[in-house]
Amino acid sequence: MTSTAGVPPVAPEPVVDGETSRRRGWGWLLLVPGMLWLAVFFLFPTVQLVFTSLYDPSGSYETGYAMTWHFGNYADAVRDNFTLFVRSFMYAGIATVICLSLGYPLAYAIAFKAGRWKNFMLVLVIAPFFTSFLLRTLSWRTILSDQGPVTSFLQTIAVLPDDGRLLATPVAVIAGLVYNFMPFMTLPLYASLDKVDYRLIEAAGDLYSSPLTGFRRVTFPLSLPGVVSGTLLTFIPACGDYINAELLGTPKQYMVGNRIQAAFLTEHNYPLAASLSIILMAVVVLMVVFYVRRAGTEELV
Amino acid sequence: MATSTAERSTAGPGTRPHARRSVGRWFANRLVLFIGILVLVYTFVPIGYIIALSFNQPTGRSATAEFDAFTWHNWASICEPDGLCDSLKLSLGVSITATILATLLGTLMAFALVRHSFRGRGASNLVIFLPMATPEVVMGASLLAMFVSLGFDSILGFITLVIAHTLFCLSFVVVTVKARLTGMDSRLEQAAMDLYANEWQTFRLVTLPLAMPGIVAAALLAFSLSFDDFIVSNFTAGQSVTFPLYIYGSKLKDFPPQLFAVGTIMFLVSFVFVIGGELWRMRRRARA
Repeated sequence: MTSTAGVPPVAPEPVVDGETSRRRGWGWLLLVPGMLWLAVFFLFPTVQLVFTSLYDPSGSYETGYAMTWHFGNYADAVRDNFTLFVRSFMYAGIATVICLSLGYPLAYAIAFKAGRWKNFMLVLVIAPFFTSFLLRTLSWRTILSDQGPVTSFLQTIAVLPDDGRLLATPVAVIAGLVYNFMPFMTLPLYASLDKVDYRLIEAAGDLYSSPLTGFRRVTFPLSLPGVVSGTLLTFIPACGDYINAELLGTPKQYMVGNRIQAAFLTEHNYPLAASLSIILMAVVVLMVVFYVRRAGTEELV
Repeated sequence: MATSTAERSTAGPGTRPHARRSVGRWFANRLVLFIGILVLVYTFVPIGYIIALSFNQPTGRSATAEFDAFTWHNWASICEPDGLCDSLKLSLGVSITATILATLLGTLMAFALVRHSFRGRGASNLVIFLPMATPEVVMGASLLAMFVSLGFDSILGFITLVIAHTLFCLSFVVVTVKARLTGMDSRLEQAAMDLYANEWQTFRLVTLPLAMPGIVAAALLAFSLSFDDFIVSNFTAGQSVTFPLYIYGSKLKDFPPQLFAVGTIMFLVSFVFVIGGELWRMRRRARA
């Protein structure tokens, strides 16, 4: 990063320092159009959302809202929707762990075991996800339905009681989350594992480490950047998702996203929707920062 | 490496003292591959359902029920359900525009961040990361609140959709192109300059072709994110209906079975696209 410090600011001279050819000068201008887009359409609305969350809650969509710096909105939002928040983070967390345990073997297999089928398998990883995710979630609704094959199979082998069901339970919602966010886990994991020098893993075996120890001490630590970005890319969208809860669950499985959506689009209760959004965003960002610190990786994505 | 173990173990299991261990290793070696393939099969289950149901002649009111009778009808009448093809057209228009905008802006940003040093790089990286750490529902809600407060209520539709889609694609483009640029050998460009290419020629003939795979990957990612987006669109579309909004709208009423045919087409087109790209790359590599 700082290795360019010694390079004089006269740009066109090719930099001899082989690693980086970062130049000073007017290059940052390339950043301006994109940054403007982010400032106008992301930062500004987010700040505005903070203001909206402090409006007087006694106003309404028709009469308008008065700005009263009503911080009590946050307390109300948390008090009334505490279970929704807990449920959202729990569902998203469980889904992320399951995604990791399914995605890791898959990414590992593609990176090290697929041989010349590597690229073909990679294509297969993304191919299903080019079809509309609503259609895919609706097919899960059919597959997991009470007369569906999975339910009857589980009833036959007595895992599920005869009147037991999958659809409209937390299991179905979490399964939907797992399914829909799989590629966000698998692809970063693959990218990370693919960079690992397989000779290091073999060396661990040569030095008499059991495959398990070799994995724990060599492979897994080397793939950690992929684990971090994969879990983040799965957990963040899963926290705010409301489609899986809506299509595969019932109001008993609703997540905070359902509440925000309803408060905004049907009830027009903007202060509530805004304070819920800000809380959700703040908690997610805090969790991400804490997690990234703990995992000890520098690059976020 | 996997093949060498395979040869060793098939050469004569039982004849060597380590035979049992090597049979065990043969399985252990393939266990991961086996699990991986199982996971892949699982991701294809709903696709199988969608393809099968695209040939279904539903008897009841709901097309998401069981398979009733075989028919080609859904394929021959894709535009028959009211508004389906209009929603596809709108989705294509929005996604293509947003993809072009996001790829352009994002690639410039990635070049600035990887190739140039300036004050505030850290802050820029944070601003680019934040939209990815924002749940979609929050992004959609904040955009809608802004559009409403600016009095854009009347123009909610194509323009607001493009603004929103470009926004959430932008960060993904930056990250993807950045990854490609970071891995590039900058000595190739220095060599071009040493061989008397000017800055523009170096960029056009060396840098851009090297960065191209990253840019193409970013554009594909942006397109698929945009085309499939429901949550942000739900907030910013106003009265207009994109394809995901159309599916969502018909989920409770009569669900037109033609939607499964469209889903199958989407799957096939992307599959052919990706496989085709892969074959093209392999042929190019073979020729080189």
